[in-house]
Amino acid sequence: MTDAATGTRSVVVEREIPFPPEKLWRALTQPHLMEEWLMKNDFKPVVGHSFRLSGEWGGVLDCEVLAIEPERTLSYTWDFAHDDLAYAMKSVVTFTLTPTDAGTHLRVEQAGFRPDQKQAFGGAHAGWRQFLANLEQVLARAD
Amino acid sequence: MLNAQDVLFKTLADPTRRAIFERLCREGEQTVGALTTGAGVSQPAVSKHLGVLKQAGLVRDRPHGRQTHYSAQLEALAPLTDWTGRMTGFWETRIDHLEDLLKRMDQ
Repeated sequence: MTDAATGTRSVVVEREIPFPPEKLWRALTQPHLMEEWLMKNDFKPVVGHSFRLSGEWGGVLDCEVLAIEPERTLSYTWDFAHDDLAYAMKSVVTFTLTPTDAGTHLRVEQAGFRPDQKQAFGGAHAGWRQFLANLEQVLARAD
Repeated sequence: MLNAQDVLFKTLADPTRRAIFERLCREGEQTVGALTTGAGVSQPAVSKHLGVLKQAGLVRDRPHGRQTHYSAQLEALAPLTDWTGRMTGFWETRIDHLEDLLKRMDQ
């Protein structure tokens, strides 16, 4: 998606999670659980708290908690500093939880990229080969 | 229905097939016979992988005499090299890990 007015872009991923919001919320906000599915971190569920996410590739994301509404909304900045502006990134990630009969509807939105950020950390640093290698394992489990 | 990105991911998720594609990217146009050398699988298997790659738009074939030459179509990777597509993939993978974690967690 592209917001023509501001030149920002956003990525939205939505998923039906077969677990209640309370359990999902713990996985989204407890550092030792966040590390298991996202990255190493020193997150605290406090608005204004600055923390870092350390990727396996050695890169570090600078983050700040923007909004917290327990079991409903979590939002933090997701910035990557780099001398080369093509690699640098400023964005905001927002998790939105909606209870459903079967569990929780999870919506993840990452927004705020400039269009000139063609090479961002996700692909440029980890490399799409590594990404595909990980995906291979995911697909193997999904079959 | 699978979208273009899903097709690419599925096509390149197979290590043997990916190796064939990477070799075409690296070394340029090749015949099935040349590709079979060092592929670690039989020529019919290589042909089958090339068929899948062709269907995904990742390789093109060019008949020349009795031989068919295959070449990589790098522009077919656009959905993967596109930033938005890549970040979508990033989050999809992370949420897969998140779901795995939720299954392991105590209630």
